[in-house]
Amino acid sequence: MEIARVGRRLTAREAGLVACRRCARVWPMGQARCERCGSRLVSRDTKSLQKVWAWWIAGLIAYIPANIYPMLKTNTLVSHTENTIVGGAVDLARHGSYGVAAIILIASVLIPVGKFLAIAFLAITAQRGTQVTPRARTHMYEIVEFIGRWSMIDVFVVAILSSLVQLSVVASIRPGPAAMTFALSVICTMLSAQAFDPRLIWDAMRRNQPRKTP
Amino acid sequence: MSTDTIAQTAPAAAAIEDLIACPHCDALYLAQMPQHGGRAICTFCHTVLIAPRRKAGKKMIALTLSVMILVVAALFFPFLDINASGFGNSTSILDAASSFRSGYMVFLSFLVASAIIFVPLLRTVLILYVLVPVVRDRPALPHARRAFRWSQELKPWAMAEIFAIGCAVALVKVQSLAHIGFGPAFWMFAVLVILVLINDNYLCTWSVWKSLELEED
Repeated sequence: MEIARVGRRLTAREAGLVACRRCARVWPMGQARCERCGSRLVSRDTKSLQKVWAWWIAGLIAYIPANIYPMLKTNTLVSHTENTIVGGAVDLARHGSYGVAAIILIASVLIPVGKFLAIAFLAITAQRGTQVTPRARTHMYEIVEFIGRWSMIDVFVVAILSSLVQLSVVASIRPGPAAMTFALSVICTMLSAQAFDPRLIWDAMRRNQPRKTP
Repeated sequence: MSTDTIAQTAPAAAAIEDLIACPHCDALYLAQMPQHGGRAICTFCHTVLIAPRRKAGKKMIALTLSVMILVVAALFFPFLDINASGFGNSTSILDAASSFRSGYMVFLSFLVASAIIFVPLLRTVLILYVLVPVVRDRPALPHARRAFRWSQELKPWAMAEIFAIGCAVALVKVQSLAHIGFGPAFWMFAVLVILVLINDNYLCTWSVWKSLELEED
C-alpha cells in the first residue's frame, strides 16, 4: 500500500521550500545548509549532470585497460599464466565451475556495462524526456545505486588470492595491473551514480505533462 | 509486512518542521509516524520514507557492538590456510588487505583495507555514538548529528559483505591448485555479514533524525 492520495500534489520546490536529500527535512528556499543534519541544500543540483558525465567518462576510460591487461598472474611449477577478467572466467568454466564463472562474469562485466548504459540512459532522458515512466526510471536509479558496489568482488578475489597463494616454488599468485584500473572504474561509476539528482527525473515529467488538478 | 498509509499531501498551513520531502522525487508530505510494522512510502516513486521498528535502538546497539567485536577479532585470527605439496600458508584479513604492495598497487591496498575494515568499523563507532544516548534518554553527545550524517554517507563504501562473497569465489578458484582450510576469522566474517545486513534493515534514518532534533528543543 502507499501513502493516500489526498488533494493536490505538491513538490517541495513548488511550495517554495528546499528539501534536504540526506534527512528529508524541508527548509525555506534559499537556505544554504540543513540545520538538522548539516548537509548542503540545493533545490535542484544544476551541475548534477555535468558531474555524472565527468565520473562516467573517467570510469569508462578506466574500464578499458581493466579488460585488456591481466588481473591475475599465476606461477606454478610448470606454467606461468596471466588471466584477464574474461579469460579467468572462461578458464573457470572450462574446469567445470560454471557457477563461479557466472558470478565473475556478472559482477565484472554485466554489472559494470549495465551500469554505464543505465546511468547514460538516466542522464540523457533527464534532459530529453522519454516514454519510460518516471517511476520505472527511479527504480532503475535505485538498482544502479544498490548494485554498483558488488563489482568490487573481483578486486577482493585478487586481494585474497595474492595473499593466500604464496607457496614458494609450487604456486604463487600476484595481482596484475587490471586490478588497479578495475577498482578505479568501480569507484568512478559509484561516484557518477551518486552525483545524479533523481529529482531531475520527475521534473522532466512535470514539465512535459502539466499536473492535473482535481 | 503490512504497510500503512500515514502521510498526506502537505496542506498549505502545516508547520515547516512537520513536513517531509521525498529525497528521490521532491514530493512534499505531512510526516506522521506509521503504526508499528508499518511503513510510509512516497506515492510518486515508492521510496520508503519512514520505517520505524519496535525497540530498534536497543537491537541496533546490540548488533553494532557484536559487529565491532567481530571485525576486530577477525582481523588478527587466521582467515584461510592453504596446503599443497608440503608447502603451506595462512593468511589473515590484514594480509589480504595489504597484498598489493608493489608501487602504485599500494593505493589498492589502502582501498581494500578501508572498504572491508576501516569504513565498517568507523560506521559502527559513529552509530553507537549517536544511538546510545538516544536509547538511554540522555542528551545527545556533541556533534551527534555530524556523526550520524557521516555514518550515512559512508554506507556505500562499507563493503564487508561483498568481501565475503569474494572469499567464496576465491576458494573455488584455487580448489584445483591446493587444499584450503577455513580459519576462525572466516566464520566470524560470515556471521558479521549477516549482522550487518540485519542492522541496516533496522535503521530508520528519519526516526533517528527526528529524535536528534527533539533533543535540541
